[in-house]
Amino acid sequence: MELLLGSLEQGLIFGILALGVYLTFRVLNFPDLTVDGSFPLGGAVAATLIVAGVSPAWATAAAFFAGVSAGLATALMNTKGGIHGLLAGILTMTGLYSINLRIMGTANVSLLRKGTLFTPIEELSGWMRHAALIGILLLVVLAVKLLLDAFLRTDLGLALRASGDNPRMAPSLGIDPHGSILLGLALANGLVALSGALMAQFQGYADIQMGIGMIVVGLASVILGEAVVRGDGVFRATLAAVVGAVLYRLVIAGALSLNLQTSDMKLVTALLVLVTLLGPRIWPGRFPRPLRGS
Amino acid sequence: MPTRTVWRPGAVFVLAFLLAVLTLGGCSSGNTASGKTYTVGVVQIVSHVALDAARQGFVDGLKEEGFEEGKNLKLILRNAENSQDTARQIADKFVSDRVDLILAIATPAAQAAAQATKTTSIPVVITAVTDPVAAGLVKSLEKPGTNVTGTTDMNPVEDQLALVLDVAKGKRVGILYNSGEVNSRVQVDIAKEAAKKLGLELVERTVTNTNEVQQAAEALAAQGVNAFYIPTDNTVVAGLPNVLQVAERHKIPVIAGEGDSVKNGALATYGIDYYSLGKQTAKMAAKILRGEAKPQDMPIERQKDLKFFLNLKAAERMGVEVPDAWKKRANETY
Repeated sequence: MELLLGSLEQGLIFGILALGVYLTFRVLNFPDLTVDGSFPLGGAVAATLIVAGVSPAWATAAAFFAGVSAGLATALMNTKGGIHGLLAGILTMTGLYSINLRIMGTANVSLLRKGTLFTPIEELSGWMRHAALIGILLLVVLAVKLLLDAFLRTDLGLALRASGDNPRMAPSLGIDPHGSILLGLALANGLVALSGALMAQFQGYADIQMGIGMIVVGLASVILGEAVVRGDGVFRATLAAVVGAVLYRLVIAGALSLNLQTSDMKLVTALLVLVTLLGPRIWPGRFPRPLRGS
Repeated sequence: MPTRTVWRPGAVFVLAFLLAVLTLGGCSSGNTASGKTYTVGVVQIVSHVALDAARQGFVDGLKEEGFEEGKNLKLILRNAENSQDTARQIADKFVSDRVDLILAIATPAAQAAAQATKTTSIPVVITAVTDPVAAGLVKSLEKPGTNVTGTTDMNPVEDQLALVLDVAKGKRVGILYNSGEVNSRVQVDIAKEAAKKLGLELVERTVTNTNEVQQAAEALAAQGVNAFYIPTDNTVVAGLPNVLQVAERHKIPVIAGEGDSVKNGALATYGIDYYSLGKQTAKMAAKILRGEAKPQDMPIERQKDLKFFLNLKAAERMGVEVPDAWKKRANETY
């Protein structure tokens, strides 16, 4: 049972990461690999500040803004520097490894017996603790999701979606595609760092290695979610990302329960993503691209 | 707006299946009321020679203590494949299964197990963790005060560096490590202190992955180091062949942090043998399983029987004259 509940908790935290990845990959159509760096960046900033005595809430907020600046770095390289988006993300991600180490001063900052956002809940016992944790995480993820939905429905958000859908057409509608990329990547990586900050507090430490493969986790979540939650529109697309993130964790939990080797999970993930990416080519119309008709 | 979210039937089926597996799996693997069968869950962060040796030592050690698979022991061995999220899920699974004890191998696995068992009474025994206090696992080495105890793989760094004095032609020691590994940082800090005492000059070089090991070793050789010191750093140990190549070409002796590296071509070390460290850890676990002691009162142990490892073939390749005292002292010679 702990496995199921723990996986649910992890999945909800990764749901915020998935929302960020959804924003770049699906809305902006920008292959942003900054994620592998901005996720541990969030963890590093939050953990370091908490250890330094800053309140967990402020530390988490600071992590969000650290992520925003990481996203801005990638976006500026791409828009002002004319560097390919993929490469810009890789550059930021690579640089962040050193920056994260500098921030933490060591490769692993322990929060095991420090006060975190989750400490008040952890003092509860047994079922109460899981129920409270899941309840609160659910509220947080839903709040983030609804805020993102609301944002994407504003004029600014619509401009963001339009420039992602058709970057050539956008300027003729008076939309600045560069502005969209800056805003989108900043927001997305802010969310990713927020997810990293929550994960560090949840697992009790921030580690320099915690970002490895996060982009795949985010992508797999988005794609998995789209396969489950059908329909167009912002509300369903973001819901899909969150559901996908939880589902992804449950799949791994299922593999663990069936005593499968965890070493095979990476291949399973790759195949899963591959099949869902090829889906629209093999069965056109069965895998709707979200936001298309909204 | 939240009007018509359609759930795909196929996907819903998959989800239902998963939930069934998860809940049923949790129930069926619970206690089968057969009295004295102990369940021990082992979570290891990643597979490599030293960690695998520690795990094997643990299993063999439990056997010596009378806990044998198939008789009175159920062992669940799990590897997180370097994914910290998976390590946490494995630990959660062990809590679900109500195991009697968790063995966590290496720091991230130990942290995952400690966090997952925070509000339970499941004891966690750790090994191959260099600094359990800094990792937040225990309050102090002497008295953990938590549900965590076990062994540290802290090297006798000073003794190892002292070996340099016997064989090197000068006082400059090149030290190679990955700044992304906490274990290494701790050892380097100790090495700095020790070097001062021994009158050695330490030249540091960091790498971030195995691809950089070769270049870093070359750079140290170019700086005229008289010996290499390789701490128990996962990255550099994985890239050891690169270091050896450089060392052999420039005739520089390589002192390692643990025995397996010596076996694989480094010159010598006085230190940890992960297999016997695992065995020592098993003795602690056995005490806990028998109810003779509680983790919170059991001091973190260091390896008791350190060994001297010597590689004579490596000496030849590095152009090092091996002191007779070393030959007498060696427990393992290759």
